[in-house]
Amino acid sequence: MSLKYLSGVTTLKLNPDKCTGCGMCVNVCPHAVFIIKTRKAAITDPDLCMECGACALNCSFEAITVKKGVGCAQAVRNGFLRGTEPDCGCGGDSSCC
Amino acid sequence: MMPGMTSSTTCGFELISAEYTGADRLAAWKARWGINRMAYRIKPGLYALGGPSASSPVFASANYKLSFDALRTNLKGISAWLLVLDTKGINVWCAAGKGTFGTLELARSIRESGLEKLVNHRSVTLPQLGAPGVSAHRVKAYTGFSITYGPVRAEDIPEFIASGCKASPEMRKVRFGFAERIVLAPVQLTQFGRYLVPASVILLLFGLKADSLLTAGALLAGTVLVPALLPWLPGRSFAVKSAAAGLATTTVLSAFLPMPIYQFCARGLIYSAAASFIGLDFTGASTYTSLSGVKKEMRAALPAQALALLAGLLLLLFGRFL
Repeated sequence: MSLKYLSGVTTLKLNPDKCTGCGMCVNVCPHAVFIIKTRKAAITDPDLCMECGACALNCSFEAITVKKGVGCAQAVRNGFLRGTEPDCGCGGDSSCC
Repeated sequence: MMPGMTSSTTCGFELISAEYTGADRLAAWKARWGINRMAYRIKPGLYALGGPSASSPVFASANYKLSFDALRTNLKGISAWLLVLDTKGINVWCAAGKGTFGTLELARSIRESGLEKLVNHRSVTLPQLGAPGVSAHRVKAYTGFSITYGPVRAEDIPEFIASGCKASPEMRKVRFGFAERIVLAPVQLTQFGRYLVPASVILLLFGLKADSLLTAGALLAGTVLVPALLPWLPGRSFAVKSAAAGLATTTVLSAFLPMPIYQFCARGLIYSAAASFIGLDFTGASTYTSLSGVKKEMRAALPAQALALLAGLLLLLFGRFL
């Protein structure tokens, strides 16, 4: 059974003009969002994107942008309460993620 | 000395074994239950597994015992260099998300370990889930070492090596099957049980047997049923899925707790809202939720949960006057 999250929310954008079809995004994406079609990357289903940011960070041609973040309610809550960016607080003695 | 560690050398690296012992298994169990979890740090640096030579592969990992154990125990019979980054005791994926398993830490680690003198190649294999923190082309520019992204799961490494260091599409996909989900339930259970188990006991001491039981029910619904039944709970939103688990649990438990219908409605609202709040936190443990999605559902879910709680409490207090 495949699990899919909310539709139409991802900030993932691919600029085909900058893409060289190197396939790095295909290699790093944990949800198979990218395929190579006619020598360029293409997005299969944007709703599969979890905004981990691996593709954008590893694209040496800057063809991909995404607002990277962790999909964690606790992190959003912490960020809201502290007035910072979402932060899960992992790294102290917390037991999340 | 860490289990699995055999001896120390004077050459700037330590020898490590590929055996998974009973002590490792116990440590993993304790880490899942949050028992002294931060004691599971591995000393960052370079480790030698088997009898690595200058041409042996280099695998990078995080200095979290569960990550490191997954790597070394899946390399049985393989000689390799293991480069452990300082991720503050956090697993690879979470650390990559925070950037501690990152470009600069990897570059620093490659340089300070003296790797370039130990190996005659210029390649480091990273777990694919390190990619959200590491920019492969920048590491190459900083250190001269090129990055190969290996499989998501360390268990696929032998096959990855056998197929010429190519990760198949199946190896590159993150899974979230029943086993992967249920292993995370203890983390959620201990997190919320800290507040709700005492709350349940206090309610019992005040003679509120039904609410004591239903509080425990909401805790179990949000922390255990949500991970267990995730694909089958209705909707895509975790708040909705969790509210459904909470309502189902409240309904089943209420069969054993005789109460007027208005009280059942009131408690249905209260404990579904509670389970919804608890279960929403499982987004952080899941492997497929995005920040944009979580923000979107929280904007709707938090007011809805608060309203349901308020309506339920008012109904419970004043329902008999209706």
